[in-house]
Amino acid sequence: MQDPRFKVANREAIIGIVLVVVNFAIWYGFAYGLGSKDPSEYTYIASFPAWFFYSCIAGTIFMIVLIWITIKLFFKNIPFDDGREEQ
Amino acid sequence: MIHWSVIIPLFIFLIIIFAIGFWANKQVRQADSFLQEYFLGGREMGGFLLAMTMMATYGSASSFIGGPGVAYNMGLGWVLLAMAQLPAGYFVLMILGKKFAIISRRYEAITLIDYLKKRYDSNVVIILSAISIIVFLFASMTAQWVGGARLIESLTGLRYPVALLIFAVTVLVYVTIGGFRAVALTDAMQGTVMIIGTVILLIGTIIAGGGIENIMTSLAEENPQMLTPFGSDGSLTPLYVSTFWILIGLGVVGLPQIAVRAMSYKNSQSLHRAILIGTIGIGTIMFGMHLIGVLARPVLPGIEVGDKVMPLLTLEVLPPILAGIVLAAPMAAIMSTVNALLILVSSTFVKDIYLHFINPNASEKQIKSRSFWVTTIIGLAVVFFALKPPEFLIWLNLFAFGGLESAFLWSVVLGLYWKKANKYGSVASMITGLTLYILIDRLSPHIFGMHTVTLPILVSFVVFVVVSLATQRRAS
Repeated sequence: MQDPRFKVANREAIIGIVLVVVNFAIWYGFAYGLGSKDPSEYTYIASFPAWFFYSCIAGTIFMIVLIWITIKLFFKNIPFDDGREEQ
Repeated sequence: MIHWSVIIPLFIFLIIIFAIGFWANKQVRQADSFLQEYFLGGREMGGFLLAMTMMATYGSASSFIGGPGVAYNMGLGWVLLAMAQLPAGYFVLMILGKKFAIISRRYEAITLIDYLKKRYDSNVVIILSAISIIVFLFASMTAQWVGGARLIESLTGLRYPVALLIFAVTVLVYVTIGGFRAVALTDAMQGTVMIIGTVILLIGTIIAGGGIENIMTSLAEENPQMLTPFGSDGSLTPLYVSTFWILIGLGVVGLPQIAVRAMSYKNSQSLHRAILIGTIGIGTIMFGMHLIGVLARPVLPGIEVGDKVMPLLTLEVLPPILAGIVLAAPMAAIMSTVNALLILVSSTFVKDIYLHFINPNASEKQIKSRSFWVTTIIGLAVVFFALKPPEFLIWLNLFAFGGLESAFLWSVVLGLYWKKANKYGSVASMITGLTLYILIDRLSPHIFGMHTVTLPILVSFVVFVVVSLATQRRAS
């Protein structure tokens, strides 16, 4: 029979993959979506080129908040030792 | 010239590190299980410690010295590339996560090889893994060691052999006597120094450059390409930069020095906290240090050797004592990487080779003295090679990172999550990954416009799955 703790572990690993996909999409989308035109046409946010601001600054902060929420909502406390309950 | 204001903070830094080593040694002497304590810190790490030791082990000379130097020449595109490291903060811990923690406790595994040994039940897997770990990590240890000594040399004005000796004695003493616990505790301090140093230097550089707007205008005047994601010479294609996600983000799961940390923490809460703290830490350092490299260009134009950007900039924009603290950061990064590698190589010799093949019935006392001696001898050997690094070691170090990922990634991950994974698949994928990595590196490192590591990782995955499936009957 499969250890029920493994179900929790498997689900959290899948969440990890989903987060990376989201992370990559934001990073790639903003960087090359906004950054591919001629530099003279760039718009600037907080003195940084817009692509850089969204992809590297706002995107990173967004990911950190998203990770925090995900852990709060979906990550479970389980014991690691076999046959011993965690308080 | 000897810079006292820089030497004093570095000196205080070394004293604290020694103190931690001696304190940890007390724990080692009191522990019930020497092996578990010495090589794994008794599996007691909390969230903050886990996050810091992950981050400090991962962040090395290249994050503080090499990386900013390249960013100085490439512009914002290199910061974009560096941000591919963000997943190293959360992805590794989520993928290995609780499953690895449970399984490694069940197997009573103390090293990554222990886990592979029990999972695949094959001596070939053990030998292949032990050789890859020893060869690659010995080489990268030597390289980091040389980097550390060169840094001390350039900061303090001491001669290279003297600098090397100071660096080596410090690391050897606290790692040898204190084991993994000393490594993790000093990592926590070193990680903190790395983060604080990054923030101070970033602020100092922005002020010295007259604000970000000013700096961006100067960059655009010099070469507008510096502001694009494509690099100052347009060489950073989206595909090439994207494949760095595999090398420095996702593939990190397969690095033994990182994976071993994922079996050393206490409980679920430690893991949850470490994921958040680690991501914030890695994000801050990687973003900060690489952006500093770019911003340094108008502040301190005309530096020809990239590696000198960060030290010169620090001495230029910060008052002496602050400069000393900031320059302790790369020192900390190098030391915290070296100490992790040293204890890992030592555990490979003692646990995976000596205890497994040579003397399985060794007494606690024998294991203890062997562990201290092995750690010391490896350390001294590294010092010896670092005095005059042979070409061959430098060459090996170049692909230590990707080579280890190609060798271990799938054996670790599929071993955890795929029931049908077996020893034939594991051996085949290790050999394929390593050989292909070295071949591509030699023949055509930018094959199809991708980073060297991409194909070996993809191909070794396919090989692993196909061979495992084809040998199902033989394995059962």
